[in-house]
Amino acid sequence: MTDPARRAFLKSAALGALAAGSGLRPARAGEDAHLPFGNGERPLVAYPGKRPLLQTTARPPQLETPFAVFDEGAITPNDAFFVRYHLADIPLEIDPEAFRLTVGGHVERPVALSLAELKALPGRTEIVAVNQCSGNSRGFFEPRMAGGQLANGAMGCARWTGVPLKSVLDKAGVRAGAVQVAFNGLDRPVLPETPDFAKALTLEQAGDDQVLLAWGMNGADLPWLNGYPLRLVVPGYYGTYWVKHLDTVTVLDKPFEGFFMKTAYRIPDNPCACTEPGQAAAATVPIGRLNVRSFLTNLTDGAQVKAGPVALRGIAFDGGSGIKEVAVSTDDGATWIQAALGQDLGPYAFRPWSLATALTPGAHTIRVRATANDGSTQPMASRWNPSGYMRNGVETTRVQAA
Amino acid sequence: MRGLLLGAMMAGLTVGAAWAAPRTYAVPDPTAQLRPPKDDGLTAGYEAAQGNCQTCHSVDYIATQPPGRGKAFWDAEVAKMIKAYHAPIEQADAGAIAAYLAGTY
Repeated sequence: MTDPARRAFLKSAALGALAAGSGLRPARAGEDAHLPFGNGERPLVAYPGKRPLLQTTARPPQLETPFAVFDEGAITPNDAFFVRYHLADIPLEIDPEAFRLTVGGHVERPVALSLAELKALPGRTEIVAVNQCSGNSRGFFEPRMAGGQLANGAMGCARWTGVPLKSVLDKAGVRAGAVQVAFNGLDRPVLPETPDFAKALTLEQAGDDQVLLAWGMNGADLPWLNGYPLRLVVPGYYGTYWVKHLDTVTVLDKPFEGFFMKTAYRIPDNPCACTEPGQAAAATVPIGRLNVRSFLTNLTDGAQVKAGPVALRGIAFDGGSGIKEVAVSTDDGATWIQAALGQDLGPYAFRPWSLATALTPGAHTIRVRATANDGSTQPMASRWNPSGYMRNGVETTRVQAA
Repeated sequence: MRGLLLGAMMAGLTVGAAWAAPRTYAVPDPTAQLRPPKDDGLTAGYEAAQGNCQTCHSVDYIATQPPGRGKAFWDAEVAKMIKAYHAPIEQADAGAIAAYLAGTY
């Protein structure tokens, strides 16, 4: 940050977006956001290519999308999409001409592909899919636990452009006996002793046509902080698998042993992926598919609204079976009304919902509950697990009508 | 901003290798500071935290954790930094850091 031109460039971007004279420093106190849990103060900071987002941490960057963005539509804009890194040596210089994706390990022919070669491969495709952080909404668990303290903004839905991972694996020729595929990106730990962030999928998961090597997001190149120039897109799975700045794919003939698979990102090995609050799990497995969630997006908790007709709207999603129905209660769950579903952008996308109803004068507790095509639905009260993953209880929004 | 970045990118793609150049990104510097210790007994831990934690992460990692979780919570966090992430923290410093964090956050 010593280059004056770069500083001025960044400062003008921040000024334009924030209308604040503070440049890259966090916004003034009045511009901080306050998430509704203890130590929930978050500066709103505009990173290059991003609008002001809630800064969970600065180094490495972790940025949460302000929840109001989800009321703008089923596609989350690139400049509002959340950012999550684990390790602070993130790439700050990438030559797109020199960039290569290497595919090696238990294969017939190790390959190294440029971006141009990747883009010329057969099977180029697009998919609309939700990327949600495993720990989205962690700050709402009680008792609380260590980790990234997020409200509901560590999720987003985008149209991803890429080629199936399978076409690259086929090009390299997966050898008999392969069981998993590991993924690593350009981000590195500060200390060489710290485990690098790398993830693995089973060969079966990796061979799904919908798993993409993606360079495009909503019709543009991937934003830098969302994995430029290439990331893995694993529709229906938590964001931890969507390795950013992806440059190394390794086919393995035995299960991957890396820290971020073997020790971190694990959930209780039972049907609810839960434990008694405060209790450890007897056995764990790697986190997998998203569970079903839904949100009201046009009214916030504590809102004052005019009594009478009111239009409610929001979003719902699951891990890829698609949304079957969304039910809304304005009396804290005593009675439910079916909402209308909006445009279907595919089973991995945010599904908009809307409901025209009426609110009598007084207090109302609005609940929203989605049911997926696989029959799964949301528990009325969120379950608990030691790492604060997969929160999906029926959301509650209290409003006052007058 | 995006327009500028995209413009630079497109120029690189269309003009060709002679004009191709690495793209760069600049992240804002961290601004969060560790809170001063509440009493002299926590000063050693504060100094050890100053000397260790920011090697790998900004201290908003600390300030955003749930408040008032106590010594066991912070002992576990410091132990995780040492055992899982291999932070080179001396054992005496580890205890002092956890005490400072528990007494301050």
